[in-house]
Amino acid sequence: MRIREHPILDFQKGPLVEFEHDGRKLEGHEGESIAAALHAAGVRVLRHSIRLNRPRGFFCAIGRCSSCLMTVDGVPNVMTCVTALKAGMRVETQTGKGTIPDVRFTEAPSDPDYPRDLGSVPLAIVGAGPAGLSAAVAAGRLGVECVVLDENPVPGGQLIKQTHMFFGSKEHHARVRGIDIGEILLKEIEDLPVSVMTGTTVLGLYPGKVLALLRNGRLHRLTADSVILATGASENMLAFPNGDLPGIYGAGAVQTLMNVDGVAPGKRVLMVGAGNIGLIVSYQLLQAGVEVAAVVEGLPEIGGYHVHAAKVRRAGVPVMTSHTLLHAVGTDRVEGAIISEIDGDWRPIEGTEIKLEVDTICLAVGLTPNCELASQLGCDEAYVAELGGRVAIHDTDLETTVPGVYVAGDASGIEEASTAMLEGRLAGLSAAAKLLTRPDADELTRLRIEVEEGLRALRAGPFGEHPRAGKQKMVELARSCGGDQ
Amino acid sequence: MNRDVIICRCEDVTYGEIVDAIDAGLTTTEEIKRILRCGMGPCQGRTCSRLIARIIAEKTGAKAPDVPYPAVRPPTRPVEIGTLEEPGAVRIETLTGTGDEE
Repeated sequence: MRIREHPILDFQKGPLVEFEHDGRKLEGHEGESIAAALHAAGVRVLRHSIRLNRPRGFFCAIGRCSSCLMTVDGVPNVMTCVTALKAGMRVETQTGKGTIPDVRFTEAPSDPDYPRDLGSVPLAIVGAGPAGLSAAVAAGRLGVECVVLDENPVPGGQLIKQTHMFFGSKEHHARVRGIDIGEILLKEIEDLPVSVMTGTTVLGLYPGKVLALLRNGRLHRLTADSVILATGASENMLAFPNGDLPGIYGAGAVQTLMNVDGVAPGKRVLMVGAGNIGLIVSYQLLQAGVEVAAVVEGLPEIGGYHVHAAKVRRAGVPVMTSHTLLHAVGTDRVEGAIISEIDGDWRPIEGTEIKLEVDTICLAVGLTPNCELASQLGCDEAYVAELGGRVAIHDTDLETTVPGVYVAGDASGIEEASTAMLEGRLAGLSAAAKLLTRPDADELTRLRIEVEEGLRALRAGPFGEHPRAGKQKMVELARSCGGDQ
Repeated sequence: MNRDVIICRCEDVTYGEIVDAIDAGLTTTEEIKRILRCGMGPCQGRTCSRLIARIIAEKTGAKAPDVPYPAVRPPTRPVEIGTLEEPGAVRIETLTGTGDEE
């Protein structure tokens, strides 16, 4: 189901091409993900699981969860949610772990066009989302040369799927849609000593700030004097019976599908979670012409802004607090969902079960910071519930316990894109202050105060309570680790 | 919770299997990973680690924040074996024993 009309978005699609799915000819747009093309063609089951042979579709749509592995042109375990469709591709439903295709090992010739070692750079920024790009702007403006690395084909991170306007003040891009903010940031770096390398996955971060990069199927080494980790977050999974059925997606996956690929995730959706993401995505589903059966929230009150809840309610969608999803119904794909009221101890109240006829369940149950690279390097970590889980301990400069390695944005604690942009700037300023041989101290102080005031303003009020408490804990943790003297 | 609920999607590990492992005395995510393989699949525990830590906490009375996650090692994403080939330097033939052996 392709979205033909959308009030905000105009989908720029590649030409229609033919491809093969399990011997059947299908059509899709060149360049969109294989998973999106299959979804548009009505295919939900992408593989069967390795031990229990359970049907699986995609879940995260950003190449994290591996639920979407298929065999493509004979190669097994291809992540179809992030692999671009090409004309003539042979896509097969994968069963089990897949079979290694017949390969002939040949001598690898020397290749002068393949510089394995990319040399060194003063500042490497991992992630070209709101935090990473803002870090590049801040550091670049001070004359620090930086490279921004991102695994996605286009920069912007999760901004590229945000059709809603941002809150906050004008200087924080309020009343601008997320999809346009990415463009603004990219414009800002145009004249700066910043290069953005997309399609580049950072596979490892080693002592000495050596980064292992994967680019066009080849390995490269890059050494940096400083590293900013702006790696974002992953969606939380919820454990419930049939929770792995095709048709159950993370909220980010639903946004990717409908706001980037222009494919409706289903006809009727149950949204789990009434935080800002759950409410915003519910509204975006309505904009895309998809029915939302209900929004359920386990807590007795909604977690998101009431403005967003009101918009959803006005459209006739019930937002049910103190309700939870008990289980998904279906054999090969979601055919329904059983929800029920819960008591104060999250126990279902018998007799309150309702069966909803839905073909899609969207999970908006929180995010976990991505801190794998910091872990690999040996940065000290701590679990801070208010920041969304395990994060690298960082001081007020956003520097981790490994000198010269910084975290920013969701990777340093789950917040919003507006705070991610300011944190990115802060990390950029902190890194620049150390990298520059003769930094302009007054200018740095002025810029820093501006950013800190912005962060304070964004974290003020009831919705800033968690991040405020989390960041306060972080300051104490960093002190006990010897940082922030 | 229903024993059949899938916790680790990559390796198809159920809630029941994890609870049995905890009852058998495996109370860290690292031990459970080594016995049941959850966290060893292509997603490297990104989907299940958090759920498993919570199950351990519930069963053992520990606080979820105190349950450590398994160690994180490179690579952060699954890579094809061919990626490791080094032009002009590594001959994959020698690994199969059919090439020049000096």
